[in-house]
Amino acid sequence: MIVIRGGSVFTPDGIVTADVVVDGDRVVSVGDPPPPTALIEIDATGCWVGPGLVDLHVHLREPGQEWKEDIASGSRAAAAGGFTAVVAMPNTVPVIDEGHRARFVGERGLKVGLCDVVPAGALTLGREGQHLAHLDELIEAGARIFTDDGDTLVDAGLLRRAMEYLAGRDCVIAQHAEDPGLAEDGHMHGGSVSSRLGMRGLPALAEETIVARDLALVELTGAPYHVQHVSTAGTVELIRQAKGAGLPVTAEVAPHHLVFDHREVESMDPNFKMYPPLRTPDDVAELRKAVLDGTIDAVATDHAPHADHEQEVPFEEAPRGVIGLETAVGATITATDIDQRRFFERLSINPARIARLGEHGVPVTEGSPANLVVIDPTAVWTPERFHSRSQNSPFLGRKLTGKVRATILRGRLTHRETE
Amino acid sequence: MRHLLTIEGMSRADLEDLLDLADEFVDVLDRPIPKVPTLRGATVATLFFEPSTRTRLSFERAARALSADVLTFAPGTSSVTKGESLKDTALTLRAMGADLMVVRHSATGAAHRVAQWVDVPVINGGDGAHQHPTQAILDALTLRRHFGKLDGLHVGIVGDIRHSRVARSGLQAFSTLGARVTLIAPPTLLPLDMTDWPVEVANDFDEVLPHLDVVYLLRIQQERGGTTGFTSLPEYVRRFGLDDSRFARLRPEAVVMHPGPMNRGVEISPHVADSSRTLILDQVRNGVAARMAVLFRLLASPGAER
Amino acid sequence: MTATRAVVMDADDVRRAIHRLAHEIIERHHGAARVVLVGIHTRGVPLAAAIAKAIQEFEGVDVPVGELDIGLYRDDLDRRAATNLFRTAVPVDITDRPVVLVDDVLYTGRTIRAALDALSDLGRAEAVELAVLVDRGHRQLPIRPDYVGKNLPTSLGERVVVGAAEIDGEWGVWIRDEEGT
Repeated sequence: MIVIRGGSVFTPDGIVTADVVVDGDRVVSVGDPPPPTALIEIDATGCWVGPGLVDLHVHLREPGQEWKEDIASGSRAAAAGGFTAVVAMPNTVPVIDEGHRARFVGERGLKVGLCDVVPAGALTLGREGQHLAHLDELIEAGARIFTDDGDTLVDAGLLRRAMEYLAGRDCVIAQHAEDPGLAEDGHMHGGSVSSRLGMRGLPALAEETIVARDLALVELTGAPYHVQHVSTAGTVELIRQAKGAGLPVTAEVAPHHLVFDHREVESMDPNFKMYPPLRTPDDVAELRKAVLDGTIDAVATDHAPHADHEQEVPFEEAPRGVIGLETAVGATITATDIDQRRFFERLSINPARIARLGEHGVPVTEGSPANLVVIDPTAVWTPERFHSRSQNSPFLGRKLTGKVRATILRGRLTHRETE
Repeated sequence: MRHLLTIEGMSRADLEDLLDLADEFVDVLDRPIPKVPTLRGATVATLFFEPSTRTRLSFERAARALSADVLTFAPGTSSVTKGESLKDTALTLRAMGADLMVVRHSATGAAHRVAQWVDVPVINGGDGAHQHPTQAILDALTLRRHFGKLDGLHVGIVGDIRHSRVARSGLQAFSTLGARVTLIAPPTLLPLDMTDWPVEVANDFDEVLPHLDVVYLLRIQQERGGTTGFTSLPEYVRRFGLDDSRFARLRPEAVVMHPGPMNRGVEISPHVADSSRTLILDQVRNGVAARMAVLFRLLASPGAER
Repeated sequence: MTATRAVVMDADDVRRAIHRLAHEIIERHHGAARVVLVGIHTRGVPLAAAIAKAIQEFEGVDVPVGELDIGLYRDDLDRRAATNLFRTAVPVDITDRPVVLVDDVLYTGRTIRAALDALSDLGRAEAVELAVLVDRGHRQLPIRPDYVGKNLPTSLGERVVVGAAEIDGEWGVWIRDEEGT
């Protein structure tokens, strides 16, 4: 039995200050007088209590690249970050384009038991963009999100076919939007900083042209479509228009895009190298607004671990991506000063809905699943060392506001703040 | 000054200090014994990951003229396995006793990263398309020795500016020292966004030519993607090559510079290359002195903050 | 200039010393026809020029005057603030000619050691002598002057300051406390 005392609780009827009692894998009461003693007591004074966070976009690197991360270390990092469920991207080695591989990922996550790991399926075999993956097998194995993330599905005809095939199956196609021709192997945002540094630039258009084209296909097919890691004001505008026209579009943004802009690259530190690249301050401002006004439905970390030796190279040679599970809460609160309701909508309710997870992202009430997180929204801290196997974070040494105090998965404490 | 990684941010005083030092070293190099004992016992390591004989030789000559020892690491196309990282190479050379490292690499920021890993001064010998500080210093030195000062000089830099570290360093150094700089290239060879750059831009070489005091020609970079910025080599030469007829229309006192190596017949006609109005060999000579000045400033006398 | 503790030589004293040095050089070298004077930066340079002028007045001989910067030959560069280099220029070939190095103050002898190294890179002099305006003792190397304007015993905490007409406005020698700088 766990008692969470005195927190500000996200319930179906709004936010109330109340004690929450957990027994077994359910919440048994909210607001009733709790028992005088319990196995575990959590003091949540001044804290937010809500459904455990859900990350739509993580790279756990297992199978195949376990020197960077594996499902065990990634789950540990997720729990520390307040997550009770994560969607694992399929660009592992081998690619998750067949049912048994997806099953492996999900079962491994269950066995580790620190966080539910939901496999996303690849759209195409080997993510090569030529033939559709074994979509039915993958659905049977639990996949609901399909993406070639890491690469863009460029062939519009094939994308259309995927959309039509998945119609009515309650699945969503997620696109990593990066037109290879316009991207020109760029390492950072193409603009004033890349011009000064003489580095190949990646223009905003590389993202926007793909999103615009895909949205036309969504209009044609009616297929649910999710824009991954939005990074430009232009993309935000496209999404706003599409939603206005009633299209089944959702979108996510990564916390680092809410905090940093392309000037950080002047440090030449590969901890600022990711796709999409850090863009202009104007883009950052638009993204923050979009998170607050709901044009962007979810915050998703795009947690992308890379080992130290892979980062100890010149910027241009470094792999793309940074970790983010353990700093998502702090980064989001620091960047947007978001309120509790919107916070849980963007980091729990909406992502759970997009990932079609019934047991996560459920507002706290009697009988709801005991997948919970306790967050201190005013705690100031500086990330120094991560539970993740890799340490490639742009937030190292930066002050963040907002810290996870405890995470509970099916009634079990998976993370507790030690201090 | 702990490292020399970029011209950006260097003040006029910083640059002139190096030029003044370099003037003295030009004299040293003219002596019967062109050698001084200043860096005796120090070891200068050159880490040249990009093929370049001239710059590396120039640095090594400069180090030896100051009586320093030289450790050469130049993998080029040879035996260095792809496995050994830049970091390991730098640490290995440090462990072998390098007191300073000169780093040339095809990736932007390589020298910056090495400076984060080792505790000795680092000179950027050229990183990607980003910076080549000692080239800018030797070019500024050459101009100052020829004209007396750079103030008011109109320098035109012609060629693939977009992919040129020589252009980026040069334009910053020249303009800081008071010159007026015009970048001359087709739009596809100019950087994407030059907001706040202290330069003018021209796409028509012939129009700007009669107003220039210095024509600084860049080499067409086959290896850094230069061939995609224009349609064909003959077309580039026709629009931007310094051929004999353009040469004839230069101001009588105008001079021609080139960082080398030259593509004779491309950006510069053979006749122009051999004429007395080019400062190209002066650049090479001054290059050793300029690099001696930098080595002196970084190793022998960096200042009280040591 | 901050408060000085004591004037050791005023402008007239320096003038007389320079004249005596000039006479000694002329006498030692049986006329000064082959001598080359080389002043060590900074104040050795105007001192050498003044001695040459005196020799001209007394003997009618134009002694060549060179300037030498020892910045590239010092052994203590890493302990000093960023130094600049001055001109090193000797108008004649010193090979097989007697050279008189000229400096304002002789102290530890390290400057002269560096100057001898620098000089040897310019050529092989027949002989090298040393003329100083002030010898303040405390030698750390086996260096001795051939011509001395004034012997001035000092303590380590004191600082000997020389003013040269061209640089400071007038000639003079002062002693100051090291702390009081």
